[in-house]
Amino acid sequence: MKFTRRTFLKTSGIATAGLAVAATSTDKFLLWAEEAGLIQPTYVPTFCEICFWKCGAIAKVLNGRVVKLDGNPVHGNSRGKLCARGNGGIGLLYDKDRLKTPLINIGKRGEGKYRKATWDEALGLVAEKMKAIKQQHGPESMALFTHGTPTDHFLPLLSAYGTQNIGMPSFAQCRGPRDVGYELTFGEGPGSPERVDMVNSRVIVLIGSHLGENMHNSQVQDFVEGVSRGAKLIVVDPRYSIAAAKAQQWLPIRPATDLALLLAWINIIISEEMYDWPYLERYSEGFMTLMHSVSHCTPEWAEKETDIPAAQIVETARMIGMNAPAVTIHPGRHATWYGDDVQRSRALAILTALLGSWGRSGGMFLATKASLPKAESKPFPEPGKEPLNTGGYPFAGAEGVTQAIRTATISGSPYPIKGWFVCGTNLMKALPNQKETIEAISKLDLLVVVDVMPMDTAMMADVILPECTYLERHDALAIGKGKSLSVSLRQPVVKPLYESQPGWWIAKELAKRLDLGEYFPWNTYEDKIKAQCSTAGISYDDLKKLGCLTIPDTAAPYITYDNQPTFKTATGKIELYSAELKEKGFDPVPVYVRHPLPPEGFFRLTYGRSAVHTFSRTTNNPALYELYSENEVWINVKKAQALGLKNGDYAVLTNQDGVKSTRVKVKATQRIREDMVYLVHGWDSTPKELTRSSRKGADDQGLITRYAVDPIAGSTGMRVNFVKLQKEA
Amino acid sequence: MPKYAMVIDQRRCVACMACVIACKNENEVPPEQYRTRVLEMVEGEFPLLRMELRSELCNHCDNPPCVYNCPTGASYKRTADGIVLLRKNRCVGCKACVAACPYDARYINHEKGFADKCTFCDHRLKEGKEPACVATCIGKSRIFGDLDDPKSPVRIALRSADSTVLLEGAGTRPRVYYIKKFSKPE
Repeated sequence: MKFTRRTFLKTSGIATAGLAVAATSTDKFLLWAEEAGLIQPTYVPTFCEICFWKCGAIAKVLNGRVVKLDGNPVHGNSRGKLCARGNGGIGLLYDKDRLKTPLINIGKRGEGKYRKATWDEALGLVAEKMKAIKQQHGPESMALFTHGTPTDHFLPLLSAYGTQNIGMPSFAQCRGPRDVGYELTFGEGPGSPERVDMVNSRVIVLIGSHLGENMHNSQVQDFVEGVSRGAKLIVVDPRYSIAAAKAQQWLPIRPATDLALLLAWINIIISEEMYDWPYLERYSEGFMTLMHSVSHCTPEWAEKETDIPAAQIVETARMIGMNAPAVTIHPGRHATWYGDDVQRSRALAILTALLGSWGRSGGMFLATKASLPKAESKPFPEPGKEPLNTGGYPFAGAEGVTQAIRTATISGSPYPIKGWFVCGTNLMKALPNQKETIEAISKLDLLVVVDVMPMDTAMMADVILPECTYLERHDALAIGKGKSLSVSLRQPVVKPLYESQPGWWIAKELAKRLDLGEYFPWNTYEDKIKAQCSTAGISYDDLKKLGCLTIPDTAAPYITYDNQPTFKTATGKIELYSAELKEKGFDPVPVYVRHPLPPEGFFRLTYGRSAVHTFSRTTNNPALYELYSENEVWINVKKAQALGLKNGDYAVLTNQDGVKSTRVKVKATQRIREDMVYLVHGWDSTPKELTRSSRKGADDQGLITRYAVDPIAGSTGMRVNFVKLQKEA
Repeated sequence: MPKYAMVIDQRRCVACMACVIACKNENEVPPEQYRTRVLEMVEGEFPLLRMELRSELCNHCDNPPCVYNCPTGASYKRTADGIVLLRKNRCVGCKACVAACPYDARYINHEKGFADKCTFCDHRLKEGKEPACVATCIGKSRIFGDLDDPKSPVRIALRSADSTVLLEGAGTRPRVYYIKKFSKPE
């Protein structure tokens, strides 16, 4: 975002009153009335859904309108603070472009011709088609793609219906390989929020994590706190990110060579004996094999691969080693980069183990062992056919491999997939190679999308079911497993606008029409939550009033005499060497494999986040759109000059397969290496119904036609595409 | 009587823009206008770079040019706490203050016509709350309090590190202090 000085001289003279939408004028009147003491505001706690961090928020409501959102001080993920996106949640609530009524497609699929329908008609149509699919092909031929809180409603629905073909892009397109890498090493993932104890760290290492631009509220708070308490910061990033600008050591690594750096670090830590031997002896397996397998990974070898001077590799390794165990090796989050991502995550985990940082102050803290009793529910039917959502990948998680479902939908094998139920995710922007997604969709008998906004995938659906925003609905209790166990409530702040309905209502109504009503045995979701609270011995009234309850005496973050860690691996120990991987035919200790580099004239396409947007879903939010209304292609100044491009020009990107982007603004900057370009993810929304962000910026996913599948977890490495830039003609 | 001031600890800023949106929501700032902003400035050549992230807002100067240049007496500095405010009903929208302010802190509110600006969230202070930008600041980079109170967060912050003000030479005597211009250790 750019604020140019003296812009007021240009704008202030122009009559711009027309810009103010009707909603804002009402807000102004209300604020005036409040100021005059005519009405009193009410405050309702809930939690945010602008991203997946689930920050506690308190909504200020004046006369039935939300006028302000603040962080909830008792909520561990927000601690009284909201990021720009959380603050901008009102923009979503009052976005005039929201989906308002159920819509039924009347043109060809993808043409975007819809007619309004009643809920009864739309739900009836969905149920009828789902029943037909079940009858003709079996329930396994319906697949569910989901993300975030809608999962709590639609996963039970589709499970009751009889399918286990579930795909969550959060696995195969995001943190899947990371979780698998940590599970193979420690027996569990690093958690979400990641259990990084950065507040107490002496050294923080970020590898490809751009915290600050990646606005994970409490984690950024901890990051800043740790750094200002004096933690040394090492940032490995080919781009000079906001985090890199705070670092003592910025390592602008050649993209795709991170594993070489990690193995060199591991080698130095071992050869200079900076590892925590008593810890390793007690908790780990396979040290000797590890030592031998990394012995050739010298700093000089790594320098050739990574483009980082050997001396700097040694210096940073010592900085890490000498400060152990109070070192956070950040596990990262979006880890689907190059197709060997489980092994890279393994290297991160192994490094953490060598330093003795797992379960130690300043490293990775241990999750609370407490949990809430699970509510009993009717068991779901056993599927008749083997689910195909693992794609045959040996370590694919329960969240499923999205693109395996897509592939099966296209091929019809091992059995046909005839219906997609999509909620909480915009598949067109989430999955690589959009051609395949479009082809798969063309094979379907039914595509249903539940969404708040008319996003790309929604506008391809046969039936669109408009969900109300998070400020208008109940959702499942959020159980937080950080240092302590916590429970948060999402409750409606205002009544649903238009004809939109909460996800739970949509699921329940559909269940009725599918003769599955007995799986939803409550009247309202609030009833369900109340029952859950009473089972767990939590006061619903307190929860309603405070928004979040932290269960006392549930924290045991560090290893002590009577708080010993348990590792749910095959050996019950930290596995530096993984026999399980060996058995399945993979490297038991990570081995560096060189990846193709961009050919002459091409740049590697990388992508990331903006602090004011969550993927594509916020691009049309008026408040956030105002701050960042199109993405830019970052390119090194020298390269830009050579191509005759300067800041503010528009360019078109063409990838190695000849796929072109829409026009995108050029950001010629010193802040990036010469062999790559960078885009903020999620732009160039196609639906014209998104009146602000439609066709703004360039879509990174459109250019990601190739992807490198990780053979261990089935996740899709998406930083393997190369692009050329051309000035817009 | 309090002497309100703000400290911006630039080392703690990540340019997340939470302050900008919180301010706009709190103070009904019209679209495309801002009472506060975050500037991102980079110096150097790859890979030897440094970056400054700087939040800017009204400096609530002790020697405020906007007040001196206001022909109608609409702009004033409140004696009780030193906040620079505006009597909206006296403002004629002549832009004298906008031109006089060296910090670009003022704008003509294009919905209401008067010369709008940061008030340190005067209305929230009355309720015992911090300004909206401070309350939501993810990095705790924005610090607010009473300069006369040795225990206030601003005094603690100013004691702990060296600070500067913007355009010191302009003689405006700002009440917004900046800790450490550049993010890298000097």
